[in-house]
Amino acid sequence: MVDRITVEVARYRPEKEAEPSFQAYEVPCRKDWVILDGLNHIKDHLDGTLSYRWSCRMGVCGSCGMTVNGEPKLTCATFLADYAPGPLRVEPLRNFPIIRDVIVDIDDFMQKLSAVKPWLIRDAEKPLAEGEYRQTPAQLDEYKQFSMCINCMLCYSACPVYGLDPEFIGPAAIALAQRYNLDSRDQGARQRDEVLSKHEGIWSCTFVGECTKVCPKHVDPAGAIQRYKLSSAMGSVKDFLMPWRGK
Amino acid sequence: MMARRSIEPLVWILFSVGGVVAAMFVPVLLFLFGFAYPLGWLASPSHAHLVAVVGHPLVRVLLFFLCTLCLLHAAHRFRYTLYDGLQLQHLQELILLVSYGGAFVGSVAAGVLLWQFG
Amino acid sequence: MSTERNRYTEFRPRWYRPKMSTWWWLKRWSSLAFILRELSSIFIAWFIYFFLRLVHALGRGDAAYREFLAWAASPGIVVLNGITFAFVLFHAVTWFNLAPQAMVVHLGGKRLPGALIAGANYAAWVVATALVLWIVSR
Ligand code: SF4
Ligand code: FES
Repeated sequence: MVDRITVEVARYRPEKEAEPSFQAYEVPCRKDWVILDGLNHIKDHLDGTLSYRWSCRMGVCGSCGMTVNGEPKLTCATFLADYAPGPLRVEPLRNFPIIRDVIVDIDDFMQKLSAVKPWLIRDAEKPLAEGEYRQTPAQLDEYKQFSMCINCMLCYSACPVYGLDPEFIGPAAIALAQRYNLDSRDQGARQRDEVLSKHEGIWSCTFVGECTKVCPKHVDPAGAIQRYKLSSAMGSVKDFLMPWRGK
Repeated sequence: MMARRSIEPLVWILFSVGGVVAAMFVPVLLFLFGFAYPLGWLASPSHAHLVAVVGHPLVRVLLFFLCTLCLLHAAHRFRYTLYDGLQLQHLQELILLVSYGGAFVGSVAAGVLLWQFG
Repeated sequence: MSTERNRYTEFRPRWYRPKMSTWWWLKRWSSLAFILRELSSIFIAWFIYFFLRLVHALGRGDAAYREFLAWAASPGIVVLNGITFAFVLFHAVTWFNLAPQAMVVHLGGKRLPGALIAGANYAAWVVATALVLWIVSR
């Protein structure tokens, strides 16, 4: 005999309704079930029309983010039993346009991600014969934390600044920019700075800190942003005091 | 480093330094002059002593920085609080004028007071 | 960024765009804490005004200084200063606690742990407080 829990899932069917509403389903509340298992149970046994994204179901792909009882969560890494006796509410990630049910449009994030050029940039590649770019463990540690990001967008969902101003480039994009800026093999900091040092880059951020709290991978995007602010500000103070420097 | 010369990093650094100064010095000053001395928890220092302290040129300069940095810090934060908390981005000009303008007026007042002190 | 491009078109589905409420910060405790932290700015500004009145009174002589202390002891001002003190402490604590996120310090090729950076801030706070106490009440 397993306990059961009521899951209220946000439904939005654009072809027939103008606004989302909630639909309640009762699913088994097994102690080893995550919320995603509950949703899959609904899809397989109760209502095949429910739409949601998922893939890896092990906290790696970043596609199963949803708002659970008001908090952004990876539904494959959040246990149903933690919400017993329920009911619990599953909604789409906040701050994104809703396409259908709990599926949101991620285009904006995808564009922002590529805008910060999250890949290694070299002024000139060295010839193959010279071998690989080597890195010490200490150099790896400089950026490793930021490389853990799985692009789940929970941080965007938690960020009121992004909610208020969709132009803001946002937490994960800045953390990923820093992941490459701090990589000893990379030389692209200048190019990324063009995007980051705009108002919609780092300066929109008011250090609410929610992004860091909700990040399932402990990336600390808020820290990445503040660190970038500090180094950018130091750079411009130096430019200000020593105009002849650089350029 | 900067792709485009902008005032934002400078304003931010002033905001941050102001935040540090406010955190370090305001609690103790407020405790002393807001509670301990007026309410008699501690014997208040004599007028002559305080005049000697504030009258010292170095103290005057430091106090001027304290006031200016704290006011700039407050103005900057208050400005963004209005944007975030009340969604008043459309009143930007007015808010800029009131917050940074207020900080400017306050700083000038502090400068004049401390300059003419004694 | 995508706001313009993704408007409803014949070939794309209709997106639903929830609007953020003006009172979003009342919905979660951590958001409210954020807004309260930001509101500390008002109280810091009030303190500077209060402090400048002190300086002004000091400049005008002993009687004015006593008058200032009496004014500062009036109930309204004491309450206002009490609230201010709470906000200023909140500002200080949040500021020091967040410092390690913005500051990365390397010493001897090693990255200092965040707790140490926050600890150094608190230590500096104690020193600054002691210094002011010593100067003012010497
Ligand atoms: S920074 Fe964290 S919350 Fe944001 S997208 Fe990456 S993993 Fe998700
Ligand atoms: S399904 Fe891949 S992260 Fe949850």
